[in-house]
Amino acid sequence: MFVNAVAWVRGLFPLPLQPWVEMLLKIGAIAAIAPAIMMYLTWLERKLIARMQNRLGPTRVGVYGLLQPLADGLKMLIKEDIVPTGADRLLHLLAPLLAVVPAILLFVVLPFGRHMIAADLNVGLLYALAISSISSYAIFMGGWASRSKFSVLGAMRSVAQIISYEVPEVLSVVTVIMVAGTLSMVGIVEAQIRHGWFVWTPWGFAGALVFFLSGIAEVNRTPFDMPEAESELVGGFHTEYSGMKFALWYMAEFLESFAICALTVTLFLGGWDAPAIPCWTLAGLLALLLATAKRLPIVAKGLGVMAMGGAVLWWGTQPIPSWIWFLAKTYALVFVLVWLRGTFPRLRIDQLMGLAWKFLLPLALLNILAAGLWWSLRDTPAGWVVSGMVLLAGAALLVLLNKPAPLHPRTYLFADS
Amino acid sequence: MIGTGVLKGMGVTFKTFVETYPWGRALLRLLRIPSPNGVVTVEYPDVKQQHSERFRYFPFLVYDQTPDNLRCVACRICEQECPPACIHIIMEKDAQGRPVKAHGRTLPNIFDIDTSVCMSCRICVDVCPFDAIEMDRQYELAGEGRFEDMVMHKDQLLRSNEYFQQIKPTEAATVDRRLAAKAAKAAASAAKPSEPAAS
Repeated sequence: MFVNAVAWVRGLFPLPLQPWVEMLLKIGAIAAIAPAIMMYLTWLERKLIARMQNRLGPTRVGVYGLLQPLADGLKMLIKEDIVPTGADRLLHLLAPLLAVVPAILLFVVLPFGRHMIAADLNVGLLYALAISSISSYAIFMGGWASRSKFSVLGAMRSVAQIISYEVPEVLSVVTVIMVAGTLSMVGIVEAQIRHGWFVWTPWGFAGALVFFLSGIAEVNRTPFDMPEAESELVGGFHTEYSGMKFALWYMAEFLESFAICALTVTLFLGGWDAPAIPCWTLAGLLALLLATAKRLPIVAKGLGVMAMGGAVLWWGTQPIPSWIWFLAKTYALVFVLVWLRGTFPRLRIDQLMGLAWKFLLPLALLNILAAGLWWSLRDTPAGWVVSGMVLLAGAALLVLLNKPAPLHPRTYLFADS
Repeated sequence: MIGTGVLKGMGVTFKTFVETYPWGRALLRLLRIPSPNGVVTVEYPDVKQQHSERFRYFPFLVYDQTPDNLRCVACRICEQECPPACIHIIMEKDAQGRPVKAHGRTLPNIFDIDTSVCMSCRICVDVCPFDAIEMDRQYELAGEGRFEDMVMHKDQLLRSNEYFQQIKPTEAATVDRRLAAKAAKAAASAAKPSEPAAS
């Protein structure tokens, strides 16, 4: 649909202008979609987290609080922009911009659907990893330029965290590159259409977990939000930001979390590919189940079978376009992100570093071995068994090795009795 | 097994998430999973929370029958006992400085309570020997002015005994019984003035 629209608009212009028009259209689309996605991510997160805490979330602005992001944006725009005394004014201004630009640039290589990618770079994955690591510079710049202890502490933590988690993240992606044999995003998704989604293989499952967890840590989300831990650092690196600059920090963070979810979908969850088990099979199974159910009254049985039969016919025509599959998977991961935030308390800094260096990094290395074994035995079930065993044994060993040393019972020298 | 705690915790939050929706509760009932929780938010201006009868917020002055028949005699005990000192009382006096009496007792000329200072402790009610001051349930006392609208004057504080009986039936019944006993005792001692007081 969108592809045809682009082609139609392109056809309206003379031939020498056409590449430029197409480029402008794509830039315009990304520039329009990215802030919209960010705004409604804030709404979605507030709603979901509220429900997980037995609350309602925003309800007052618009139906279901749907206009809340606009109201927030307006509030941010008319707020006073405070720069602390002694701050580096130029860097203080540049840092949030430097955080937002890579986050938006990430959208260039996200394949939203079949042929729906702004630029199918042949080094797309490398580009994504490189661009996403720029944000640590921005965070450190902002923290440093604020001339505030909280900001600098948050920025230092952020740098330590991002450097640590980048290693397992990149190593977990290596497996995908090995199997797909390409760095292009479209190529990776097409490889998954050929081989089945990577997440259903042992190494792919482990890789997806490592990638997603490291990704969460990279974008500073709870439970890995050490750089902006409210209870310890006020706001971390963005303590001294207000107004639109603060909104830009938030925009960068939300866009990056969206991009991490989208990248996980692209690399491991089959991108725009429809589910491996087609929906009409599921509907058919349900129809069979309903037809054979003994307890149900005959009317309910008939209606259910008819509905499910209709669903089989409907799904059989593949009515859902590829971009909806991609967005649905991405938003499912966004839900997981919020779910994690709603469930877990923040990790301590040593636990955070320990998780990265003592568990995720060795697991990612083992994962490369497992993927190699799987690939060399790919036509036999032996590959699955061997790579699964390697991973399970490795994970069990890592857990065993990481077990904290038992504390000696304390003896109190000078206490009575 | 490592990781089960993590999954269990996520299960708890997910169940809470599902429970807040009507369809979620229906689903859980279908699966025979108990769902004791739900949304606890009270959307305040539209919906008001139900309070118990003993809920209290701010004192008011009780009168019997007509607003000039105040129970308060301006004895200033509550003014002196009030911990944050938010009560201000001046007795009604004539030109010579003698207390004016109405219905056989003195009365306050000024009786102010500052809403912004009052801490709803109910000590004024406890110390009042005449049951002249009681606690109201009304809590929407916001005003436009920062200082002047926050001070409630005597005419704003007056409420009838019927109002008291209506908002707090149990407490009002106790007070009425006590006052009736006192009146009966007073009537009895008035009938036999020659006998010295027993206590």
